[in-house]
Amino acid sequence: MNMKVNIAGVEWKNPVTVASGTFGSGAEFAEFMDLGRLGAVTTKGVSNVPWQGNPTPRVAEVYGGMMNAIGLQNPGIDLFCERDIPFLRQFDTKIIVNVCGKSEEDYCEVVQRLANEDVDMLEINISCPNVKEGGIAFGQDPRAAEGITRAVKKYAKQPVIMKLSPNVTDIAGMAKAVEAGGADAVSLINTLTGMKIDIHRRTFALANRTGGVSGPAVHPIAVRMVYETAQAVKIPIIGMGGIASAEDAIEMILAGASAVSVGTANFHDPAVTTKIVDGIERYLEENHIEDIRELVGAVRD
Amino acid sequence: MGEKRKENAAVISQEKLAEGIYSMWIRTEASKSAKPGQFISVYTNDGSKLLPRPISICEIDKEEGKLRIVYRVTGRNTGTEQFSRLGEGDTVPVVGPLGNGFPIKEARGKKVFLMGGGIGVPPILELAKQMDCEKKQIVAGYRDMHTFLREEFEENGEVYISTEDGSAGVKGNVLDAVRMHELEADIIYACGPTPMLRAIKAYAEEKNIVCYVSLEERMACGIGACLGCVCKTKKKDHHSNVHNSRICKDGPVFLATEVEL
Repeated sequence: MNMKVNIAGVEWKNPVTVASGTFGSGAEFAEFMDLGRLGAVTTKGVSNVPWQGNPTPRVAEVYGGMMNAIGLQNPGIDLFCERDIPFLRQFDTKIIVNVCGKSEEDYCEVVQRLANEDVDMLEINISCPNVKEGGIAFGQDPRAAEGITRAVKKYAKQPVIMKLSPNVTDIAGMAKAVEAGGADAVSLINTLTGMKIDIHRRTFALANRTGGVSGPAVHPIAVRMVYETAQAVKIPIIGMGGIASAEDAIEMILAGASAVSVGTANFHDPAVTTKIVDGIERYLEENHIEDIRELVGAVRD
Repeated sequence: MGEKRKENAAVISQEKLAEGIYSMWIRTEASKSAKPGQFISVYTNDGSKLLPRPISICEIDKEEGKLRIVYRVTGRNTGTEQFSRLGEGDTVPVVGPLGNGFPIKEARGKKVFLMGGGIGVPPILELAKQMDCEKKQIVAGYRDMHTFLREEFEENGEVYISTEDGSAGVKGNVLDAVRMHELEADIIYACGPTPMLRAIKAYAEEKNIVCYVSLEERMACGIGACLGCVCKTKKKDHHSNVHNSRICKDGPVFLATEVEL
């Protein structure tokens, strides 16, 4: 039975990674699980200089999920390279570094800095809804998305995954645009912009007023968007959005994802990813499927 | 690696202490290494409520392998309301102990204020039980006459009470009780709402005494990964590389002089 997948030339031992921002650089979760069980670890977004992030409250619970507006707080690329990459290298897993920025120059600076670092893939965040200049400007306009993809590809030594926003009318058009710009893969969906109001205090639940909605509540939207994207592009898709179980992961793969990311569910159970890997394996066994790749996009009418 | 885990703790007992305030004893591995000032993440079994509720540890019984949490039910259809309905024979998923806890040894030979306000009162109980100091002055602030845990505090130190409505002890907050009773201390340990901690921090600076505060913020992961629950810090934080510390991981207890409230 084969669980290995190949994403843009990089072989993962299984199709499961984590959604950027839900897992730090893995250190906290390593106390609860073996990071070597994951196909890849996707890091929290890192920028050229340290970012302070948004004021608190930054998180709120909503029915079947949560909202966040962390604002991409991160220690900057220098400390990241010095501390987080060597930490992750101790584990038998691929390293995907999520890159964020406020301008094309910012993204390119980080990508260039990572060119000679021991990391396997880059994920370019052009879809954070919580920072005004946090990339969403690039993530909602196909021409801008294509342009930023082309720009980072000039400097990137590792395969580039473009992370797409669901806050668009035509997800397939966005995916085609980044494919045309030279993206090696796409990942989707980032969070959906939402708002929560505390009716007792009559205030916004988040200091940022709006935040990104994630968790099981958004899963059907993510599955639909992954399916539409799979119909539109040839590059591999990393599917995410509300995956909390092996069943959710398999659904995403059947819709057309070659791999999946687990996000909010990590907050519900810090060892959930290992259970999802085991559950996918069990599904293959029970259904006499030799190779996980047989399931990619295998949904029928 | 991988030594911590989410476990299903057995509920030993549940008791209502006051309107909306509940006390629950659970049997959990978390009791083995728990320290005063740490917290546990408590999860519901309701799929619509995914995030853990961080709840401070009120009492630790290492021999029996149990922990006590005293918590406020925050409203109808909330996770804490679901916890309040649990009883003997039920289980509740928990992760812990989490956070750093109070630096208890610094109190040796000193006159101490142990200050709790509102639902910040419970963690002061285990702290008071374990604290070895010259003079243990527990100052507890409540909304009204429902002065939960008061008798248990009285077994563990001198107790001073304040209430917002004046129905018990001194009318006002914990600092009003300090002034009214003309109390003095060399070190302060405090847990409670931010306005109370802000006032205690100012008091400690004015008196030039060491003050530890236990902070609260909305959390998501509870283990230091998501950066949801940060507080502003005076110096650049070693982990975040910005002026932010994680309350769940680097706290919840901080030196008052190191954080901006």
